[in-house]
Amino acid sequence: MSFFQQEVPLAWYLLLSAALFSLGIVGFLIKRNLITIFLSIELMLNGVNLSFVTFAHQWHAVKGQIFVFFVMMVAAAEAAVGLAIIIAVFRARATLAVDRIDLMKL
Amino acid sequence: MGFNGPESLVLVFFSLTGRLLPAPAIDGETMHLILFFIFAGFCLAGAINLLLQSHPINSALSLIVVMTSLSVLYLLLGAEFLAAAQIIVYAGAIMVLFVFVVMLLNAGREDRTLGSRAASVLGLPAAAVFLGVLATLFLRAQGLGRAAISQGVTTTEDLSRVLFHELLLPFEVTSVLILIAILGAVALARHGDGSGSNRERTVAK
Repeated sequence: MSFFQQEVPLAWYLLLSAALFSLGIVGFLIKRNLITIFLSIELMLNGVNLSFVTFAHQWHAVKGQIFVFFVMMVAAAEAAVGLAIIIAVFRARATLAVDRIDLMKL
Repeated sequence: MGFNGPESLVLVFFSLTGRLLPAPAIDGETMHLILFFIFAGFCLAGAINLLLQSHPINSALSLIVVMTSLSVLYLLLGAEFLAAAQIIVYAGAIMVLFVFVVMLLNAGREDRTLGSRAASVLGLPAAAVFLGVLATLFLRAQGLGRAAISQGVTTTEDLSRVLFHELLLPFEVTSVLILIAILGAVALARHGDGSGSNRERTVAK
């Protein structure tokens, strides 16, 4: 029962954020669909946001949370532009598979 | 011991269900631990499910699970405004945009290729090493405290006081950024009768 009597260490939150970030990297590498790759980037952003909030709680700093707010705003802008680019690519190439979008490859 | 925030709600739930079975007395720290394990588990399960699903719509929906359970973790860390903004902005706005585009493009299952050889040979071990390095770093770090909602909740008032006094200029610059992003999205996704569509058609040929 002594295990349950302690508070949650902040290191566990940081471990969770590292795990989310690493899963985002793996998704970015192994997924072959343009939208799913974009979703993996969002997963990485969320992992970083969690570590920002954790450190803001550790140091009692409000600015860490405000940084998360700005990250959310930039992620919204990035999602809008990125999805517009995906629509344009789909209209031009009629596919979302990244293996077939290779116009700029050497 | 005072309860405030999300812990009190769950305490009510547990006290209602606790009449059926003689539950041990649950204090705030235990409640925090239980909530952390439940929602961290949802987070990891959603993230792994995102990788395993082959259809983009399933991946998008599992990312919504990740985001909503992250907002509960934000509440546990005392960030109440961010917990609301996480649901409204991320799970509400951004993911609706994603799901809308997935349905608009009618994207089918992705064909399973193994990707480039460099990604599997170099990338996946690199990601594993990265996770290992971060994990040892965090577990060995001295001076990291423990999460307790009693250590102070950052209210929306505290946040807005800093945001609109010290950081007013970055906030306004962000609004300009959003405006430019809207204009760019409209210009990129416009059904072209402008000059951009001709180039697209030649590429399609």
